[in-house]
Amino acid sequence: MSHLITTPNIADADTFYASLLAAHRGLTEAESHALNARLVLVLANHIGDRKVLELALALARDGAQTVQPAG
Amino acid sequence: MPYDYKPFDYVPPPGLRGPEPRQRVAIVGAGPIGLAMAIELANHGVAAVVLDDNNVVSVGSRAICWSKRALEILDRLGVGAACVQKGVTWKVGRTFHREAEVFNFDLLPEDGHKMPAFVNLQQYWVEEYLVERAQALGIDLRWKNRVVGLAQHPDHAVLTVETPDGTYALEADWVVACDGSRSPVRGMLGLDFEGELFEERFLIADIEMEADFPSERRFWFEPAFHNGQSALLHKQPDNIYRIDLQLGWTTDPEVEKQPERIIPRIERVVGHRDFKLDWTSIYTFQCRRLRHFVHDRVIFAGDSAHLVSPFGARGGNSGLQDVDALGWRLAAVVRGEAPVAALAAYDRERCFGADENLLNSSRSTRFMSPAEGVERLFRDAVLHLAGRADFARPMVNSGRLSVPCIYPLHAPDVAGLPDKARPGAVAPDAPLEDGWLLEALAGGFTVLALGQEAPEVPGTRALSPALTETLRKRYLGGAEKALYLIRPDQVVAARWTGATPEEVAEALAAAREGRT
Ligand SMILES: Cc1cc2nc3c(=O)[nH]c(=O)nc-3n(C[C@H](O)[C@H](O)[C@H](O)COP(=O)(O)OP(=O)(O)OC[C@H]3O[C@@H](n4cnc5c(N)ncnc54)[C@H](O)[C@@H]3O)c2cc1C
Repeated sequence: MSHLITTPNIADADTFYASLLAAHRGLTEAESHALNARLVLVLANHIGDRKVLELALALARDGAQTVQPAG
Repeated sequence: MPYDYKPFDYVPPPGLRGPEPRQRVAIVGAGPIGLAMAIELANHGVAAVVLDDNNVVSVGSRAICWSKRALEILDRLGVGAACVQKGVTWKVGRTFHREAEVFNFDLLPEDGHKMPAFVNLQQYWVEEYLVERAQALGIDLRWKNRVVGLAQHPDHAVLTVETPDGTYALEADWVVACDGSRSPVRGMLGLDFEGELFEERFLIADIEMEADFPSERRFWFEPAFHNGQSALLHKQPDNIYRIDLQLGWTTDPEVEKQPERIIPRIERVVGHRDFKLDWTSIYTFQCRRLRHFVHDRVIFAGDSAHLVSPFGARGGNSGLQDVDALGWRLAAVVRGEAPVAALAAYDRERCFGADENLLNSSRSTRFMSPAEGVERLFRDAVLHLAGRADFARPMVNSGRLSVPCIYPLHAPDVAGLPDKARPGAVAPDAPLEDGWLLEALAGGFTVLALGQEAPEVPGTRALSPALTETLRKRYLGGAEKALYLIRPDQVVAARWTGATPEEVAEALAAAREGRT
């Protein structure tokens, strides 16, 4: 059955988070956006399962319009 | 009740009247680290003189959170019980985003440890206990003795010391610089910190008020009461509460430190004006260290060697771990039982420990104070998701609280024994029939034999406690028996299922000489 993992699943998440920020270092905002887009596509392809991808989209979309703009 | 600062007596030092005999060790600075260092050395049979430019304990409480490991070290120094008794014990931290709790942690989920995960206690109390202990041990504490000069020689150093009655010279085989973050000794050697400065300012306020907040650490991201920034609330003894408020880099510290600015800010946090300001300060974040902590005859420990942002409680706690790693080694060198080269192991281990602290502190700082752009984008995304998905909760980073690092030792080890007790780790505590394992491990090198007789190895003490469930779990795992060599700082030096006296002796020599 298709199922989106929402419990912690990354060993040493702090290090992953630091790598994520490091990947963006030195990029302009537009370049960062582009990197994020590519990253989403790469990860989505890795997941593959359409059902899981739909669930991920829904979770990420949830509350999207209530979030205050960054700043 | 505010703390009553009692000045310590200045006594004109003998060096003002004529040359003093050379000291084995002179410690510059009677902060928590210098005091702990002197007591640790005394426990290893080495007398040190402590020079401090001031004559009172820390003005204002800086450090408040003392970690389990720091408490274990303080216990070995003879002040652990006083700290725990006076302090506020806690282990749970709660992190909020706006009004919702998004993450919480329990720092000591298991029983069977003498010391709690954390105790909150104002730094001035800890220093007072340490001063009393040092006095009881007859340690030469010299107040109002300011070090103003230092000259290094091949086998000693000469300090120039300024007192109210004039200046004198003091020779010492070794100088331990525990003179704090602005370390004049660092300057005298022409050394500087390397690392990051963050463009962030925090207001820190200790307030006195009657309240019944639980003994928990509370941290808020973007609370309504503090205009989108971060805030921390933490309980201390004597009805004192610590409040930290993020101010941002564009604020003017001179303006922000005025009580008429501070009081309304605090009022919004606690909801009333029924409190007194006890101590306030404004600080910026630094995550920096010296490249090396040992410079010929001068050794750095504590804030003089490394500086981290406060949100992981890694400053004072890591300084005490410096004392832990240096004390037995320096004492052995002074007594001629170990080569000077053994001190390189102190440098190696504590630079490693400092790096782990710096890494954790800079990550927390980055999360609390993200740069505009993508850092803030991801930070806000994590906070957003944390209310909706479990995986994002542990990514919320309001400080990763101090735990001791595991030194990367090259030492005998056996696969299958518990990971937490591997060489390089602090030996896990456990209850014994009479007292605690860590109490029994204080002093010298110990061979801890479980499920077998301890081999006799000169220079070690044998300890073979009756096996309990806890000892099995923490030291044997699935194994029937094991042999642990444990250093005077209670760090596991090596372990075997069984070993000959020669094998243990070789591991002992390697640890003593700093070859692991
Ligand atoms: C706001 C804040 C909160 C903190 N919270 C925590 C916490 O919760 N937990 C934690 O573990 N740490 C915390 N810290 C860090 C902690 O306060 C420091 O790490 C600790 O004080 C370091 O001790 P030290 O002995 O190395 O230096 P210090 O305490 O700075 O002592 C240095 C001593 O050297 C003396 N001295 C200086 N120059 C000379 C000289 N030329 N001659 C003679 N003497 C000299 C000074 O008078 C002083 O007594 C916090 C720090 C701050 C600022």
